[in-house]
Amino acid sequence: MSPNPSHHDRPQISVQALCKRFPGADRPTFNDVWFDIYPGEFVCLIGHSGCGKTTMLNILAGLDRASAGAVIVDGKEVVGPSLDRAVIFQSHALLPWMTVLGNIAFAVRSKWPDWSREKVEEHCRRYIELVHLAGAEGKRPVQLSGGMKQRVGIARALAIQPQILLMDEPFSALDALTRGSLQDEVVAISAASRQTTFMITHDIDEAVLLADRIVLMTAGPDARVAEVVENTLPRDRTRQSLHRLPGYYAVRNHLLDFLVERPRALPSDPRHPPTLRIGDAPDASSPVRIRA
Amino acid sequence: MQSSLNARAGLLSAALLAVFLIAWQVAVSGHGATAKMDPEYAALMGKTATQGTSAMPGPVQIGERLVTLLRDPFYDHGPNDKGIAIQLGWSLLRVLLGFGLAVIVAVPLGFFIGMSPLLRQALEPFIQILKPISPLAWMPLALYTIRDSSQSAIFVIFICSIWPLLINTAFGVGSVRREWLNVARTLEVTGWRMATRVVLPAAAPTIMTGMRISIGIAWLVIVAAEMLVGGTGIGYFVWNQWNNLSITDVIIAILLIGLVGMALDQLLGWIGRHLGYAE
Repeated sequence: MSPNPSHHDRPQISVQALCKRFPGADRPTFNDVWFDIYPGEFVCLIGHSGCGKTTMLNILAGLDRASAGAVIVDGKEVVGPSLDRAVIFQSHALLPWMTVLGNIAFAVRSKWPDWSREKVEEHCRRYIELVHLAGAEGKRPVQLSGGMKQRVGIARALAIQPQILLMDEPFSALDALTRGSLQDEVVAISAASRQTTFMITHDIDEAVLLADRIVLMTAGPDARVAEVVENTLPRDRTRQSLHRLPGYYAVRNHLLDFLVERPRALPSDPRHPPTLRIGDAPDASSPVRIRA
Repeated sequence: MQSSLNARAGLLSAALLAVFLIAWQVAVSGHGATAKMDPEYAALMGKTATQGTSAMPGPVQIGERLVTLLRDPFYDHGPNDKGIAIQLGWSLLRVLLGFGLAVIVAVPLGFFIGMSPLLRQALEPFIQILKPISPLAWMPLALYTIRDSSQSAIFVIFICSIWPLLINTAFGVGSVRREWLNVARTLEVTGWRMATRVVLPAAAPTIMTGMRISIGIAWLVIVAAEMLVGGTGIGYFVWNQWNNLSITDVIIAILLIGLVGMALDQLLGWIGRHLGYAE
């Protein structure tokens, strides 16, 4: 097992006492949310619909503002969007009047406005190849399948070489086969780049496959972090081998139970939600609590 | 199936046209000489009274006259006798000038109205009051202030073109999808680049619809405006030929007005399809 990122580092993203109350709502959607993401880590956030997952990602991206609390990235508070934080949107959000190459080049030129046309194009082609879309450069989004569109979205986000990658249920609109092959690619890209990534999902298997740590939210309103599950499965896990790994079912069942039981019980200290390591022992049936 | 539908529709169109033309020809042709009339009186009364022939020309006469008019469309024999293409050209020029001016004013203004909810609400009552005013009602005011009949006609085209353009541009710009704006914001795109690369392309189909509506109205209005201001143009031609009691020329002008209007609409539709995008 490769070592997990050291938690003695300073967190790259620090979510502190975050609260969002929508106008007209009497209770905040989520409140007093705390968690950290360390450099190179892949963190998934799982929660019921309505607990404000997308809102939270938008606040991390700088597209939305928190009602209270703050998001600190690399020691600075997030006050607006930044090219250092790329977003992969649930709806792929490609600009339909631009080609595949045009969509990616639009992002690349935003990051490096001084680059020559040739340099921009060469850079774009590299990322188009990375997501296996070579040959589709001149196509418009309408000519692409859902999976291909999301590949373009991934290439666009990676092409600006961000410090942090934010993904909002990027595969939820895709069919199971397409989703699987895209997850494989994210595994490969993520393993190669050790990119700090924060992803929202409601797919447990996706979280277990991709995440180093999984943040579990209680149901909204007044949602908070219930616990953080550390993924102890080996780093080189793949979609094909995942379900044969010892400890996989322990983690999976734990997450599933969490989602099914819809716990509303709040952790005693929202600032330090319990961190669980599940599945270290092959037959672990009860989670081992290492930090409370 | 589609091609057979097209063929059948075309056939039906041709049949309807043929029936209409035949009925027209039959309706206007004479019913023989009217019995027993003093020849001098008959000569005074003309064929309408003497042979029962209608003063309304038939399709054959129209066709013959159309060929004559189109054989030499560009002649100019003084202010009251110009080729039909010259008259149409003047009308088109006025429409394009007035419409072009309206585009120059309305697209940027509509852009700002669309971007700013404050501006939108503040200008809403003005637009709502100005929009339903018949463009011809502006004519006396235009003649008084501009003191030039041709320019007044252009102003009337401008004022009737501007409202659909303004409203559609503001609506198109105001309803650009949030996700597209969010993509641009995460890429730190602002200002001019945001306007030209994201907002305007996204709003282009709505703006083009506004242009298509505007040019349609402008072409409707120019005929009436030129009847008022006189001088040149297809509207003036219609009125002049009415004064000459040349119903044939009036009918030909009506036909040409329809054809040019259709061509303008198709042209803007074609441009719109090229500026638009499929999702």
